[in-house]
Amino acid sequence: MPALFKVFRLRLLAALIVLLLPSVALAGLAEDLQALTDKSNAIKAAAVESLAADGHERAVPILQAFLAGRLFEVKEDDRIVIAEDRAAGYRIFDAMTGEALGEVGKRALRKVRINNRLRQAVKAGLGALTLASADPAARRHAADAVFRSAQADMIAPLEAALVRESDPKVAARLGRALAATELATADDKVTRITALKALEAFADPDVRALVSGLLVTDGEGQPAERDADVRAAAAETLKAIEATLAFNGVIASIFQGISLGSVLLLAAIGLAITFGVMGVINMAHGEMVMIGAYTTFAVQEVFRASFPGAFDYSLLVAIPAAFLVTGLVGIGIERGIIRFLYGRPLETLLATWGLSLILQQMVRSIFGPTNREVGNPAWMSGAWEVAGGLTLTYNRLWIILFALMVFALLMALIRFSGYGLQMRAVTQNRPMASSMGIRTGWVDAMTFGLGSGIAGMAGVALSQIDNVSPNLGQGYIIDSFMVVVFGGVGNLWGTLVGALSLGLVNKFLEPYAGAVLGKIIVLVVIILFIQKRPRGLFALRGRAVES
Amino acid sequence: MKSVIRGAIGAAALAVAVTGGTAAQAADDVIKVGVLHSLSGTMAISETTLKDTVLMMVDELNKNGGLLGKRVEAVVVDPASDWPLFAEKARELLEGEEVAAVFGCWTSVSRKSVLPVFEELNGLLFYPVQYEGEESSRNVFYTGAAPNQQAIPAVEYLMSEDGGGAERFVLLGTDYVYPRTTNKILRAFLNDKGISDDDIMENYTPFGHSDWQTIVSDVKGFASQGKKTAVVSTINGDANVPFYKELGNQGIKAEEIPVVAFSVGEEELAGLDTGPLVGHLAAWNYFMSVESDVNDGFIEQWHAFIGNEDRVTNDPMEATYIGFKMWAQAVKQAGSTDVDAVRQAMYGQTVPNLTGGTAVMNANHHLSKPVLIGEIQDDGMIETVWSTDKEVVGDAWSDFIPESAKLTADWTYPWVCGNCEAPKYVTAN
Repeated sequence: MPALFKVFRLRLLAALIVLLLPSVALAGLAEDLQALTDKSNAIKAAAVESLAADGHERAVPILQAFLAGRLFEVKEDDRIVIAEDRAAGYRIFDAMTGEALGEVGKRALRKVRINNRLRQAVKAGLGALTLASADPAARRHAADAVFRSAQADMIAPLEAALVRESDPKVAARLGRALAATELATADDKVTRITALKALEAFADPDVRALVSGLLVTDGEGQPAERDADVRAAAAETLKAIEATLAFNGVIASIFQGISLGSVLLLAAIGLAITFGVMGVINMAHGEMVMIGAYTTFAVQEVFRASFPGAFDYSLLVAIPAAFLVTGLVGIGIERGIIRFLYGRPLETLLATWGLSLILQQMVRSIFGPTNREVGNPAWMSGAWEVAGGLTLTYNRLWIILFALMVFALLMALIRFSGYGLQMRAVTQNRPMASSMGIRTGWVDAMTFGLGSGIAGMAGVALSQIDNVSPNLGQGYIIDSFMVVVFGGVGNLWGTLVGALSLGLVNKFLEPYAGAVLGKIIVLVVIILFIQKRPRGLFALRGRAVES
Repeated sequence: MKSVIRGAIGAAALAVAVTGGTAAQAADDVIKVGVLHSLSGTMAISETTLKDTVLMMVDELNKNGGLLGKRVEAVVVDPASDWPLFAEKARELLEGEEVAAVFGCWTSVSRKSVLPVFEELNGLLFYPVQYEGEESSRNVFYTGAAPNQQAIPAVEYLMSEDGGGAERFVLLGTDYVYPRTTNKILRAFLNDKGISDDDIMENYTPFGHSDWQTIVSDVKGFASQGKKTAVVSTINGDANVPFYKELGNQGIKAEEIPVVAFSVGEEELAGLDTGPLVGHLAAWNYFMSVESDVNDGFIEQWHAFIGNEDRVTNDPMEATYIGFKMWAQAVKQAGSTDVDAVRQAMYGQTVPNLTGGTAVMNANHHLSKPVLIGEIQDDGMIETVWSTDKEVVGDAWSDFIPESAKLTADWTYPWVCGNCEAPKYVTAN
């Protein structure tokens, strides 16, 4: 509270100065600007406050530049400038006037340092200044910034903004900010209790933090809120908010479970073909995923170098590229190694394991041991805020969609294409298929290539959420085998159900058992399950299995 | 295919022949140093850089006429992020190659694994990474930060007005000895500062954990209980990238819930878009962004050696640099590479820090170094927002764990002990 008072007093002081001495405003701007370069963060924060309170037309660009780390001091003459990145150095503009001052080298400037505390002050200040912005997104940000700062002198501007607001979404955010500000600063308890009631409609973590802040007790057991009636109203509001949040939490867990499941599905589905359908224990499966991820990296490098404008579409090119590259590698492996080892699972296991080490080291030698940066396109960054406390991240949403699409395409390929028919024929009865004129060797190679290619596409998706390093595949190989065995060897539907149920179980266990123990429990459950049903969830029946 | 395999075998045989050749050459005019860093496996991402740093230092030393009139030669082995293999490789370096000193290890598990070997064979290990403390071996010099040079100042900063005044803490870590011990010390420290156990959440994840959705939402929930919350992360290695990606995507802003990390440096941030992470913190004794002439020279030397202007420098590299320089100075002073003589010469050895000031080797085998706290910038650099005025003396045994507070590490007379409550030798009077 005393901090709030100080801020209030400062603002009042600044407002007075502006009212009484309009001509001094410019001098005030220069002074505040100078204060931003001070060593003490308290003085810097006060300068930000006063810049925002003055409302000088240069305040917004200065504060925005400060927030973005673009505010510099020229070493030579201590003039404060706003800089734009240029290949050789910076193009600089005078902060006071906006006048262009030409280009300088990076070494000629000293950055005006900002930290989290100042960032918060700048955002609050900018919020107050941009409440009347023409851009609805900016108004929304402004409303949220004002919600956080909750200062008494914002009530009138908020009310005015609420009256003229046409966008219902922004209006809701403004209402939320107004209620929070009234709760924090109003004197009479009726207004505050009304504000608490109004906040019930906004069940999100920030509001919960605000309301439960009233009920926190300090060292001597004194509650933060002294008024018992307000406390009672706060407790009621909190209960309502928590009920909503708990419900949203369950939905979030389901989403997270499906999302984990879809990652498992992507990683396992290629294996479901090579291991499930062909019966090859391919320990190098994870490395196919890894090669797919590195293909994405390579494609993005090309995009960065040649078509930087189209970077957002790089993944669309990376998907077929990864499929082709890993598919060809897969065919190579099948023709070069695995075809000599059919029917000898132990040797296949050892050979493919050795191969996985070779591939890892090869990638390490070519691309280096450090992680490679694979960029997220804009449409995969950020999150969709469905409701308070329920944010679905875009990258996960897209991966769920992608996994289901890959699954559907694969099913269609096996069901409806001529190649799919041949593949099913070969796996069900090789001699018969062969005598019908099917080139079984060719089908084997294609099937292995298909499984590997799908693993490569999984790599594209995983590059968006995991490290692109030579070890990428190792993290998924065990999980993939688990999914295939659990779902039922040789059955793609089993893989789908297996992956999703493992994902869900994992995510519902994690909050209680922790990530480490959760994984162990899942593993034990699967072992027990396999004891009971050795062929997994969806067992294939018939003669082919018995043999 | 066959010919490819034959070719590969041929190359391997050639490689063996080459290394064998240099080993045979080992004569009186060569001083050998061992490099024990993983060049493959999960830790390769971090450790390969340190191998290159040692090679660069050796190269520089040889260009300036070597040591004691002899050429210095680095013997590089690859323990492959496999902890027991570290012990085998350490034995190979000490017994087989008879190296004068070893620079190596990153994770505390690997250090614990080689410790008995170094003590048995009286070797000398320079360990360049920040760690959990609670150890002082006669045969190890710890040039990374102890908890009082990293973890404690970082938490103090978070609790200060500039750091946001945090009153509630989430301790996230990878499940092994370093995070668990560090968090034990931190919990004791926080309790000492009046923060109750209800306001501390601890969570451990396996190495290479990649699905952070639940944990990040849990942190969000924990933070919305009316008190300012901060996250202290001892997550190690690869797992950091998906963790930070999830933080960015779920929109956790540094102003609301700052995350301070002890194992994330410039190298780990290299694989990340740091735009959404601006303002999250890291605590180290060195940042690449620090402006000083020595640092500029070091970065230039590194870029020239590695042949890539984009490579970053980081704290463990500085620790390796300081350790190597100190060892070379100590060897010169002792006039021999004999382990006992060099150890004696190490105490009080000084090397200028890359960030200004001077690093001093203390009798407890830990350095005095400045502590820096920095915020992540959108270009992947970390910029200092707070630093200590003076160097902080590394403390082997934490003052915040009651049973450790009693212990003293001092390898000079009359103590000559790494974990004693009283000196080993009593001066007769």
